[in-house]
Amino acid sequence: MSVDLGTVRHIAKLARLHVEQEQAEALVGELNKILGWVEQLGELDTTGVPPMTSVVERSQPLREDVVTEEDSNSAVLANAPDSAHGFFVVPKVVE
Amino acid sequence: MTSPTHMTLAQARDALAKREMSARELAEAHLAAVEAARPLNAFTVETPEKALSMAEASDERLAKGEGRPLEGIPLGIKDLFCTEGVASTAGSRMLKDFKPTYESTVTANLWRDGAVLLGKLNMDEFAMGSSNMTSAYGGVENPWRAEGSDKKLVAGGSSGGSAAAVAARCALGTTGTDTGGSIRQPAAFTGIVGMKPTYGRCSRWGIVSFASSLDQAGPMARSVRDCAILLRSMSGHDPKDSTSIEQPVPDFEKALTGDIRGLKVGIPKEYRVDGMSEELERLWQQGIDWLRAAGAEIIDISLPHTSYALPTYYIVASAEASSNLARYDGVRYGLRVEGDSLDEMYEATRGAGFGREVKRRILIGTYVLSAGYYDAYYNKARQVRTLIARDFGQAYEKVDVILTPTTPGPAFPMGEKMDDPIAMYLNDVFTVPASLAGQPAISVPAGLSEQGLPLGLQLIGRAFDEQTVLRAAGVLEEAAQFTAEPAFVAGA
Repeated sequence: MSVDLGTVRHIAKLARLHVEQEQAEALVGELNKILGWVEQLGELDTTGVPPMTSVVERSQPLREDVVTEEDSNSAVLANAPDSAHGFFVVPKVVE
Repeated sequence: MTSPTHMTLAQARDALAKREMSARELAEAHLAAVEAARPLNAFTVETPEKALSMAEASDERLAKGEGRPLEGIPLGIKDLFCTEGVASTAGSRMLKDFKPTYESTVTANLWRDGAVLLGKLNMDEFAMGSSNMTSAYGGVENPWRAEGSDKKLVAGGSSGGSAAAVAARCALGTTGTDTGGSIRQPAAFTGIVGMKPTYGRCSRWGIVSFASSLDQAGPMARSVRDCAILLRSMSGHDPKDSTSIEQPVPDFEKALTGDIRGLKVGIPKEYRVDGMSEELERLWQQGIDWLRAAGAEIIDISLPHTSYALPTYYIVASAEASSNLARYDGVRYGLRVEGDSLDEMYEATRGAGFGREVKRRILIGTYVLSAGYYDAYYNKARQVRTLIARDFGQAYEKVDVILTPTTPGPAFPMGEKMDDPIAMYLNDVFTVPASLAGQPAISVPAGLSEQGLPLGLQLIGRAFDEQTVLRAAGVLEEAAQFTAEPAFVAGA
């Protein structure tokens, strides 16, 4: 499997990541090198091996479904680049 | 009395308890050292006012005989930990102006036990790196120099600031985080002790996420005892992190009995990698001899999937990173670069906020999780991760701990390996397997390279058996008598 400029553009789009043209070209080589390197995992027969989901075995913990935080609207918005009337502000999404 | 900045954390704690010095004196000496060490670029933020007011509060408690386990101990905190009201940048432009409105659980535990905040420590951007050179705030300089050379060396990464600050005597201890070696590798490069505890031992709440199934906080300090003291305070179940384990926190310091008679120490043959330098082989053999002389039984073991650990790690960690870093969208916190549409705003923000290595990993992660490649890469890597964990499980049927080198070599010059991601990743070849298996591991400074640079040995143990790892590390430390000091040391 090899990555070309179109693939780099596609995954950059999926990741919502602006990449300059020059960098995108460099990334083609870098990503191919890294992917070529990780492909050595294909040497291993993993038939029937369960993919790891949790590194330390344990049961799923449950807690009481209770409110633990008081109203923290201003704390939540404190680092927002733009906010108004207690909400985050984003560019217009509905015409 | 030893100068306050040259004491170990344990010595300072005892001197404070006996009122031989005040917490304020200790804090002032360290603040001066932090200032003197500015050329190293280890700190991203210094918090002298906070340090002095915390130290004064500690003095009041000590006067009343109400000292807590870390009362008055000045610490530096890796900039990946959120600290309330104090900038927490994760080494990224993305979080340049981010001041959390809450405190991470690990740091809250340290303040609960009386510790004093000196400042925040530089690191690779979002903890992605092995040199500290990916930080948006510049690389951290290692206080060590090779013999006869004035070339600046990396402090290692990603917890490079944490390592350099301890080595240069700016802090009695620091926090680090370790995803694939980010505590142990910089500890080895700077001649200090660094421990990654078992996954789940410390809460990850309030630590900026990189790869959630691997990230774990841990202590860095100048002795095994100091790490044991810090780890006790940092550990514990936290209802806010469902992966933190509900287990009582032992008094880790008590594990340092110095007695390892009958302890079974495994030597994995697969760690004898091609091209291992002679000095490293010698150091490893020396470590084996030290432990044997102290009464341990040395047993050859095999961890057959070792060579697959690094590629497995880069798939798993990048996949998790691409998902975790989706949160930096210019809406809730961090940088925002305006665009004509929401998507353009996202893309412009993330394009400007993330550095090169972070982008590379986000793209790799997005690729291996994308339709058509998920099974071939991501699932395959998770299967191999199971095999790697099984290797360790089988080894622990025969041995109690495993001894290996920490890194393939000593610290390298700043700027090297930057154009070759894979060469950089190879720094973590000995540390990544224990991360994938979630096991506790420690790096202990064990000797100097031919160029006079520190080299570390690593001990890995069973999940939640930090005590055995610490006990063996204490014996290794005692035998190694590592007293060499770096070229640059702050303070008197």
